[in-house]
This record gives sequence, structure tokens and C-alpha cells, in this order.
Amino acid sequence: MFHAILFYSFAAILVVAALGVIFARNPVHAVMFLVLAFFQSAVLWLLAEAEFLAIVLVLVYVGAVMVLFLFVVMMLDVEVEEIRGGYTRYAPLGIVIAGLMVVELAQVIWLRGKEGFAVDGFRPTPEGYSNTEALGSVLYTEHVYAFEIAAVILLLAIVAAISLTMRRRPGLKQQDIASQVAVRAQDRVRIVKMASEKPE
Amino acid sequence: MTALIPDFVMLPWMAFWEGLPPLMQLLFSKTTLIVFVTVCIILTVAFTTYFERKVIGYMQGRIGPNRVGPLGLGQPFADVIKLLIKEIVVPQKSNRFLFIIAPLLSIVPALATWAVIPLNPTTVIADINAGLLYVLALTSVGVYGVILAGWATNSKYAFLGAMRSAAQIVAYEIAMGFALVGVLMAGGSLNLGDITRAQAGGVSHWFILPLLPLFLVYFISGVAETNRAPFDVAEGESEIVAGFHVEYSGVAFAVFFLAEYANMVLISALTSIFFLGGWASPFEGWTFLGAESLLREPSFFWLAVKIAFFIFVFFWLRATFPRYRYDQIMRLGWKVFIPITIVWIAVEGVMAWLRIGPWSGMAG
Amino acid sequence: MSKIRSLLKTFSLWELWQGLSVTLRNFFRPSVTIQYPEEKTPQSPRFRGLHALRRYPNGEERCIACKLCEAVCPALAITIESDVGDDGTRRTTRYDIDLFKCIYCGFCEEACPVDAIVETRIHEYHMEKPGENIMTKDKLLAIGDKFDAMIAADKAADAKYR
Repeated sequence: MFHAILFYSFAAILVVAALGVIFARNPVHAVMFLVLAFFQSAVLWLLAEAEFLAIVLVLVYVGAVMVLFLFVVMMLDVEVEEIRGGYTRYAPLGIVIAGLMVVELAQVIWLRGKEGFAVDGFRPTPEGYSNTEALGSVLYTEHVYAFEIAAVILLLAIVAAISLTMRRRPGLKQQDIASQVAVRAQDRVRIVKMASEKPE
Repeated sequence: MTALIPDFVMLPWMAFWEGLPPLMQLLFSKTTLIVFVTVCIILTVAFTTYFERKVIGYMQGRIGPNRVGPLGLGQPFADVIKLLIKEIVVPQKSNRFLFIIAPLLSIVPALATWAVIPLNPTTVIADINAGLLYVLALTSVGVYGVILAGWATNSKYAFLGAMRSAAQIVAYEIAMGFALVGVLMAGGSLNLGDITRAQAGGVSHWFILPLLPLFLVYFISGVAETNRAPFDVAEGESEIVAGFHVEYSGVAFAVFFLAEYANMVLISALTSIFFLGGWASPFEGWTFLGAESLLREPSFFWLAVKIAFFIFVFFWLRATFPRYRYDQIMRLGWKVFIPITIVWIAVEGVMAWLRIGPWSGMAG
Repeated sequence: MSKIRSLLKTFSLWELWQGLSVTLRNFFRPSVTIQYPEEKTPQSPRFRGLHALRRYPNGEERCIACKLCEAVCPALAITIESDVGDDGTRRTTRYDIDLFKCIYCGFCEEACPVDAIVETRIHEYHMEKPGENIMTKDKLLAIGDKFDAMIAADKAADAKYR
């Protein structure tokens, strides 16, 4: 009972936040609503005792991705009203996509229901069960190849991004910090000892 | 402890306590603990400001605050009262809601992280398995306060400060995360209590020895993450006035101030737990102290001593080094710290393979 | 060889430790702070503080309203009006120094042919109301009377260097 109340209240906030992302006039507000939405879904996952996923969601999306989002949104000064102009034009496409997603979700729920999953509501995990450990042991045994391939693809993306943006321009003056630090006074400055001169 | 409270208070209280449902008992005891820890942190922060002014004063041949109360110990309270009675000025063209909420967004993660920090072998508010991830997640959320403050103020100085701070925190978080990967490889757990227990058995078992480069990277990244000198370009008063909190005054400013110092205490606590064995005594295994010596017992005292030491180091760094240039900060974060951590994680892999250091006791 | 040495220095953070040791040594050195209201630094007899108008030992005002101080004042802080006094001598009827304008350069003191306007060693004074920054002739004379001994001693101490 207590569990259900928590679930529905957090889910309600999640829905409100998700609507806020779409309807907020100010892009920064939209991003903040998205952050709120991520937090709420993390809380929902916590309620389902998937603490690893919940915390990683906050860490990756809220802590890293959304910060960069905010960064870009603040820098670009997006004109929301102009974008809003195409609202009705793209509405049919949006409705089709939304419909597809609803069908997919319904299908999953229906299939799972047939297999007997999750029909009796929420079942707490046994004492001493560690979500993190379970996930790790599955990732590094059953799915180790898929996992490693995903890692390589991500690495490739990093390398590609850097190689695309990095240019060696001729004539560009760059600092060589190591050589700057290695400079010693005796290499640069000559101190001359001489007697003081007096005007005649 | 129970002997201090007379029976006619204690007995009805015990009866009342036993009568409560278990959920209420849990709620009550946890709430008490949370309030206690929070109040302690806020008091610590208050005296940390005093400690900072004294330490830096002595390093510069001065005395520091000594007028309010004996030895100037009343100074933090005088400052708090001053800030409380000042007006909060909200700039006209600012985003009022975000302007007010930004300080709260920076203080909440700083305090919430204490939930998973083991204070002594038995006391921790929430003993969760993914404690280390929780710490990482919350410290990364703390940057929102700074960014939103800079944006909501609608001032170019504040905005520049926010941008600097955001880029800096994102850069150093990666180095910090990698350093913690090393810690969790050595500790074999994401639970902070387990990480501390893995370092039991005296100074030679502390992770600072096998993980010395990671320790340095972690602590320096921590300094950068809290926007403290020499990484305090986010407020760089010589260039951008005061950075993200130019327009903040009164309580709103006090909350930012509180968050900065709470983060410092937090980073000190985390560094002690990850690398110096947290609550473990440095004299563990020193038999000549006597069998029953309290000094050898693990206790909160040792954690407090280590936290105080790291806070002192924060001030020591501030008194010693001039502010970093911004591009140099970025270079240090991306091109120096991240490679060092990656190399050391590989070294740790070799160490684990050869069963040396903290991995010596590991089976198979 | 020097490459290796600089590499070692970089990775051992040698220069950072050097810097830290400087501050740590200073941490244990005694402070040089002077606790101001209780302790004070010694002052030179030439200290240029609050102004005063002096009198001769017989009680006659020294100032002869020559207006040299008014002319020399770089901040235009001095305003003088003069008239013939009761005894037929030239005297000031108004001698105002605006302390907000005054930069305490001491030129008035140097310019004065009769050592009438002087700057005393008094530096602990304040104003509470607008208008109090104007030192009138009466106020200046009162200061001169009150601190006559100190002014005379300071002048005597400085006389041999002039």
C-alpha cells in the first residue's frame, strides 16, 4: 500500500515533468524539467530495487549529459517561438511515433503478463541480493562479447570525434608547457657584476 | 549513557519505544541521525571558516579573527547573524525562481552525500551497496547550483563564472571517477564501509601506499571540484568580480558559502575514507601501546582527525599557490590527470594479477 | 641527465612541495600583527594628520592671512577670507579646511611663512554629520591650543633637518 502510494506520487511528478519539457517556453526551464524527469525515473527504479541503474541514471544523464545540454542551451540562446511555428506541421508525424511507442509498450506488458511476470505486483528481492553484483556477473560472463564490442564502439566514437575536430594548422603558435617549466633563470638572464660608475 | 537518564524518564520512554511499529522506529531513529549529522556538518562548516581564516592568517604572519569571543571563536556566529539580517537582493531582469533555488541545489547534494559516509564501524545513515556510485552521482549534481546561479542572475560575469565552473567540474569529475575506479578495484566493493574495512590492519594496509598517484589525483581533483584556490577561476575576483555569485547577498549567499565549505569537508571525508582507512586507527597493530589501548581502537575520532588534516591541506594550498590560468586547468584535467589514472588502473591490474599490495589476501 | 632530473622533479611535485614548505615554515613563525587600538606603531614627528592653527606664546594668532597655503593647496581644500583686525593688523575672518578635499600633503605647512598652519600627529578622528568635515578657524585654533605642547615638541625635533 505504502509502496503503491510512493509509486503513483513519483510517477505523477514524472509525467508532469515530462509534459513540462515539451511545454516550457524557456529552453533552460525545459532542460531543468528533463533533469527532474530523470530524477523521478531514478526514484522509480529505486522503488523497484534497481539501485545500480537508478544511481547510474543520475550519474550519467543528470551529472554529465544534462550539464552539457544546459551548456549548449545557455550558449545558443534558442528562439523557442520560431521552433513552435512548426508545431502543427509536424504533429501527424509526432502522433504516429507516439502511437507506435504506446503499441510497443502495451505489447511488452501483454507478453510479460502472458508469461506470468509481474502479474502479482512488486516482489522484493531476497536479503543480501546485490543488484550491482548481479549485473556485473551477467555482463562479464554471458554478455561479455557484446559488452566489449560496445566498449570498442564507444572508444571509436571518441577517437573519431577527436580526429574530426583536431586540425594541425600551420603557423599556429602553441605553448610547450614542459619546456616553459624547464626554463631556468641562468639560461635566460646574465647577471653582470661591475663597480658603480661615478660621473666625472 | 543510560545511567545518565533517571529511571522515571527512561522506563516510560522505553515502553513507548517498544510500542511503536518497526517502520516508525526506523523512521524515528534515522530522522534523529540525519538531523544530528546535518547539524554537526553545519557547525563544522561554521568553524571551518574560522579555521581557514586562522590558518591562512598565521601563514601570512597575521593573527586572524580574535575579537569576537575568546580567541575569536564567536566570529562564525557573528558572520552568520550578519548574513541572516541582510537583504536578499534579486536583480530585476533575473530569473527569479531559478535565482532563489540555485543555492539550494548546491547545498542539497553536499549534505545528502553524507548519507552513505560511514562515521564509525557501526554508524552510517544508509548502508547501501552502490555507495561509491551514489557519492559520484551526487557530487556531479552539485554543479547545477553553480550553473543555474550564473544563468539566472542574467549578468555576464556570473555567466562566465558558471561556464568556467561547469567545464571545470565536468573535466575533473572524469579524473575523480577514474581514481575511484582504482579504489574500488582495491577495495573490491562499492560500499564505503566495506572499502574502509578492506584497509583494516594499520597504516601499511591503507590504500594511500599502493594508490599514491590516484590519491594525489583524487585530492587535487577534489580541490578543483569544490572551486577552491588554486582552481577558483569560477569566482576569480580579479577577472570576473565574484563569478557565479556576484549578485547574491544575505542568506542566499550564505547558502552558497555553506555549500562550498560543506563540499570541502565532504571531499576531506571521502579522501580519508578511500585512501586513509576512514575510521581505522593508524596505531593498529602497535602492540607496545598495551592491549586495551583506546588509541588502537577504530573510532570516529580517527576519521575526524583525518578530515581535519585534509581541511588544513585545503587552506595550506590556498595560502601557497597562485590561481591557475584557465587553459592550464583544462590541460591539467584532461591531458595529465586522466592519463595518469588510466595508467595506474592498468598498473593495479598487474598488481592484482601478481597478488601484491591489497590483493595479496585475495583467493584464486 | 637533465631531462631525467626534470622528469623526476615533475612527477614528485618537487616545486610544489618547496612552495608548501615555505608557507608551513611561516605558519610556525610568530605573527607580526599589531593589535591596533591596544598597540600602536611609533610615529614620526613629521606625521601629517589633522590640521591646527598655532598662536604665539603671548596668545596672538600667528596667521597673517597671506593666503600662501590657499594658493599652494593642490586639492583646493583651503578657503580664506581676510579683513583688518581690531588692532589694525591683517587677520583672517574665515579659515576653512575641507577635510574631504585635503590630501594631507603638507604643502600648506611648508608654505606658511609664520608656521601658523601645521599638521599634527592626530589621526584618530571622525565625522558624524555632514558639515563636520569643514574645519573652521575656531576649531583649528582650539586644536592648536589643546595640543600646543605636542606640536612644539614635534617642530623642535624636526627643526635641525630644515
